[in-house]
Amino acid sequence: MRFARYVGYRLLTALPVICGIIVLNFLLIHLAPGDAASVLAGESGAATPEYMDELRHKFGLDQSLGMQFLTYVSNLAHFNLGYSYRNDADVSSLILERLGPTSLLMLTAFGTALALGIILGLVAATGRNSWRDNVISLISLVAYATPGFWLGLMMIVIFSIGLGWLPTSGFDTVGAGHEGWAEVWDIGRHLVMPAVSLALFYLALYARLMRASILEQTGMDYVTTARAKGQTERRIMTGHVLRNALLPVVTLAGVQAGNLIGGSIVVETVFGWPGIGTLAFNALQSRDLNLILAIFFISACLVVVINLAVDVIYFMLDPRMEI
Amino acid sequence: MRAGFARFARNRMALFGAAVLLCLFLLVVLTPVIYPDDPFKLVGPALQPPGGRFLLGTDTLGRDVAAEIAYGARTSLIIGVGATLAAIVFGAVVGGMAGYYRGMTETVLMRITEFFQTIPAFIFALLIVAILSPSVSSEIIAIAAVSWPSIARLVRGEFVSLGGREFVQACAGLGASDARIIFNHMLPNCASSVIAVGSLLIGTAILLEAGLAFLGLGDPNVMSWGLIISAGRAVLRSAWWICTFPGIAILLTVLGINLIGDGLNEALNPRLRER
Repeated sequence: MRFARYVGYRLLTALPVICGIIVLNFLLIHLAPGDAASVLAGESGAATPEYMDELRHKFGLDQSLGMQFLTYVSNLAHFNLGYSYRNDADVSSLILERLGPTSLLMLTAFGTALALGIILGLVAATGRNSWRDNVISLISLVAYATPGFWLGLMMIVIFSIGLGWLPTSGFDTVGAGHEGWAEVWDIGRHLVMPAVSLALFYLALYARLMRASILEQTGMDYVTTARAKGQTERRIMTGHVLRNALLPVVTLAGVQAGNLIGGSIVVETVFGWPGIGTLAFNALQSRDLNLILAIFFISACLVVVINLAVDVIYFMLDPRMEI
Repeated sequence: MRAGFARFARNRMALFGAAVLLCLFLLVVLTPVIYPDDPFKLVGPALQPPGGRFLLGTDTLGRDVAAEIAYGARTSLIIGVGATLAAIVFGAVVGGMAGYYRGMTETVLMRITEFFQTIPAFIFALLIVAILSPSVSSEIIAIAAVSWPSIARLVRGEFVSLGGREFVQACAGLGASDARIIFNHMLPNCASSVIAVGSLLIGTAILLEAGLAFLGLGDPNVMSWGLIISAGRAVLRSAWWICTFPGIAILLTVLGINLIGDGLNEALNPRLRER
C-alpha cells in the first residue's frame, strides 16, 4: 500500500517535468529563425510550397499561438513527432529503429562504469592514501579531463590502425553473414572502443563518489558499534558500510543518465555507431532541427523515466524513505 | 579567505594545475607575437609530420597545427570563462532570489532549476547553438544555459543559511533595503564557495565547447580545438598528429583547471573538505 502510494506520488511529480519539456520544445521551435514550418520541414529548402502549406495546416501554424500549442501537444500525445524530409521517413520510426544500438552502447557503458567505478572506489577507500588510492585518484583526474571523442580517436589510432586488433567503426562486419555466437563476438568487438570512450568519464565519477561515500560512512556510529561487537573489518565493510555507501552512488547514476545520452552523440559519431547519436549528428549536418528536437524530447522523457525507476528502487531498498 | 589561499599554496597538485594554466595564459598572450599570421592561412605543404619545419606538423590544407592550437587556446578560454561568468550571474540571481524571499518564489524557482538539471544538458546545448546558428556568443549562451543550475542551488543554500544569521537580521532590523542586504552583506559571504564551484565549471565548459565544435557547431570563423580535431578526423589513418595534439591541449587545460578547482574547494570550503 505504502509502495503504491509512493509510485503514485512520484508519477505525479514527474508530470510537470514532462509538461516542462513539451513547453520548452515548443518554445525552441518558435525561437528558430524563420517560420516554424521551415523548421519542421528540416530547413531543407527542398520542400515544395504545397508540402509547406500542408505542414502549416497539419501543425496548425495558420492558427493562434495557443491553438498551435494545443495541436503540438495532441500531435505528441499521438506519438506524431513529425516527418523528416531529409530522411524521407517518419521521425518516430527513425528514432525507434536506432534505439537498439544506442541502448546496447549505453547500457554496456553504464554497466561497466558503475561496476568498475564501485570496485575502484572501494579499493581506493579501503587503502586510503596508499599507492592504490593515489593511482586511482590520478587515473580519475585524467579521465575527468579527457574529451570522450578524442579518447575514441586515439584508441582508433592505437588499436585499429596501429595494432589492427579492433575494427574502426560500425556495428558489425558488413556482409560477413555471421550467425549465433560468431555474430555476438563480432558485435562485441565493434562495441569495445565506443563503450570504453563513453564509460571512462563516468567510471572516474563513480569511483570518486564511491570513495567519498565509503569514507563518510566509516565515520558513522553504527560502524563503531559493529566494531565494538567484535565484527571483523571485512564483515563491517561488506555487511554494513557497502550497502549504505551504495545509495548516493545509485542516485547520482540515475541523475547522470541524461548526460550519458549526450555523450553518446559524440562517441557514436566517432565510431559510426548506427544509433540515435549518429542520427542526431546527421540531423545537425543537414540542419534538420525538427529531428533534433524530437531526439531531445525522447531523451528528456527517457531521463524522467530512469529517474523514476531509480527512485522506486531506492524506495524499495531503503525502508526509512519518507514520502 | 587569506588562510584559505595559504592552504591552497600548500597543495602540490593545485600548484601544478596553476603552473599549467600559467603556461596557457603565456601562450595566449604571446600568440600574436609567435604566430602573427591568421591561423587559417596556408603556410606550407599539406600533411607534414611533426618535428620538421613545423613543430606539430601541418593539417590537410597545409595550415600550421601549432598555430591553430595557439589560437584555439584563446577561443577555449574566452568561451570557458565567458560561459561560466554568465552562468554565475544568472545562477546567483535565481538562487539568491529563491534563498532570500523563500516561500512561493523559492518553490517555483527551485522547481525550474531542478527541471533544467534533469534535461539532457549536451543535447539542449546542441539545440540552442543550432537554433541561434553557430558563433562564439551562441556557444557561450548554450553552455551557460546548461551550467547555471548548480550555481543557483549553491547560492540558494548559502542564502538560506545566511538569512538566519545575526548580522543579516541586524541589517534588516536597522532598516537596510533588500538590495543592500543582498549585495553588500550576503553575496560577499558566499563568494568563496561560488569561486570554488565556478572554477570547476570552467573545465566542464571547455569540454562542452570542444564537443560542440567537434560536431560542427563551433564558430566557423574562429579557430578552436574541437574544430581542428573534427577536420583532422578524415585523415586519422595517415596523419595522426592533427587530432592528437589539440586533444592533449584540451586534456592538460581541463586537468589544470580541475586541479585548481579542487584546491580552491579544499581551501575555501572547509565544510566540503571531506568530499
